[in-house]
Amino acid sequence: MDTAVRVRGLTKRYGDVQAVAGVDLDIRAGEVFAILGPNGAGKSTMVEIMEGHRSRDAGEVSVLGVDPGRPTRAWRSRIGIVLQTANDVAEATVRETVRHFAGYYPGAKNPDEVIEQVGLTEKADQRIRKLSGGQRRRVDVALGVIGDPELLFLDEPTTGFDPEARRRFWELIESLARDGTTIVLTTHYLDEAEALADRVAVVAGGRIVAEGEPKTLGGRAAGKALVSWSDAGERHFLETDTPTRTVLELTRRFDGEVPELAVTRPTLEDVYLRLIEPPARPSPVRARTDPPR
Amino acid sequence: MSQTLARPSAPASSVGQPSVMRLGLSRTVVENRMFFRERDAVIFSFAFPIIILVIFGSIFSGEMEGTGLTVSQLYVAGLIGTAAMTGFQNLGINIAVDRDDGTLKRLAGTPLPRTSYFIGKALNTLFVSFLQVVILLAIGVALFGLKLPSETFRWVTFAWVFVLGVAGSALLGVAISSLPRSAKSASAVIAMPFVVLQFISGVFIPIGQLPSWLVNIASLFPLKWMCQGFRSVFMGDAGATLEVANSYELNRVALVLGAWAVGGLVLCLMTFRWKSRRDG
Repeated sequence: MDTAVRVRGLTKRYGDVQAVAGVDLDIRAGEVFAILGPNGAGKSTMVEIMEGHRSRDAGEVSVLGVDPGRPTRAWRSRIGIVLQTANDVAEATVRETVRHFAGYYPGAKNPDEVIEQVGLTEKADQRIRKLSGGQRRRVDVALGVIGDPELLFLDEPTTGFDPEARRRFWELIESLARDGTTIVLTTHYLDEAEALADRVAVVAGGRIVAEGEPKTLGGRAAGKALVSWSDAGERHFLETDTPTRTVLELTRRFDGEVPELAVTRPTLEDVYLRLIEPPARPSPVRARTDPPR
Repeated sequence: MSQTLARPSAPASSVGQPSVMRLGLSRTVVENRMFFRERDAVIFSFAFPIIILVIFGSIFSGEMEGTGLTVSQLYVAGLIGTAAMTGFQNLGINIAVDRDDGTLKRLAGTPLPRTSYFIGKALNTLFVSFLQVVILLAIGVALFGLKLPSETFRWVTFAWVFVLGVAGSALLGVAISSLPRSAKSASAVIAMPFVVLQFISGVFIPIGQLPSWLVNIASLFPLKWMCQGFRSVFMGDAGATLEVANSYELNRVALVLGAWAVGGLVLCLMTFRWKSRRDG
């Protein structure tokens, strides 16, 4: 499998703040890779360095085989960037803008097809100023993919979306991924990472604190399960490595149906909150999953 | 549909990049379109010199002693200088806005060459300034009895003063666009020096009536020299006696405007920022 992005020993400091403190990262060609982290964790800085928008202090970075610190036009033609916020081109229409940007690239896609793909065909002749926030974001994505990029960067693409708009946006990203585009996505929505990403890196304090598939991140699959049930109006909890045996015992004890039985695994959110937690403070994960007695 | 969206097997880089000039012209089309769609800004920037010309031309309608020239001719020449310098204000504000609203950052992430971006701004400025000059001349001829010169060499002078002046002020505008902290403050930061410059460069007040220390300050900037060049075109030899030096000093006009064009370019290269200050 080809590597789309390779990062070794990346560091970046702003004044007293170490924004990126030694990051190693490999993103494979064709995968959807999510970078998760709280605000200020350094994820945007990392991505902006990969995009060639920001200089680095130290380390090696290779994006599609090119050092983004020395971007070339040919390299820029192979990547697409969807920035966090933009309010530009307000007075142009969707179609004018997508067509204009298509002219920048040697192998651009058909503008009308891209507008169709992002679901803006009906709004194609509207001024961008008049679009809703979600529609505006779709224009950003259209401009990000118009050059038919091999690699697409999406920086917190669904911030401020309503749930339905997010769902539709996810479908759009999935359709791009199916076309074989490598996608690097930053987000602070865990469900978004879980829904879209093949692999996830959790960033905290400028470092990657965990990396892997959303299902198994941070030992999630191997983690203890929580069995809960009710007995005489009282709720009981049990954290266990062997939930099946617990349920069997409960079945025997209640002689059949166990009242309000539930077996849960730690959610991605539980794992995430534990990962980004500074070690000194008590973990909210424990507090939540520990039995009350 | 899904067929055409499938990934091509060859990487895009194997195809030639679009030419810098073609993209520059494509940017010009976009810049012009965006400029004329911001209707309030268009009305403001076009109406200002026109209103000033109509007001001043109507108030000071008399002849200037011993020359046979009218005061309104003086204002036409001066305001054409202002029109040629509109680029300073337009670019200073527009680029500050481009930096603030994400235009520059978005463009920096595409293969668009920077030169094409600047070609777009330059041709847009040239076009807007030219349009203003045409309107001012039309009003001058229609309302204030302005006689357009018939000699070819005057129009040659007009052409080089206009092109050098627009180039120098546009570059100065690009350089000053880095000064405002945000798009919100841009028009205030940039309009102020422009208005002051108009007062001390002989646009509103004949240069001969200004104290010499003010003239000395104005002489450092291109507007005074542009106005002087345009006066030579529209007031002819009869008006030369009204000049401080009793001559239009066209050699110096060329020298100073040329120096500003070159110096403005250097200043641009030294100060231009693609990112806003917040972006660091």
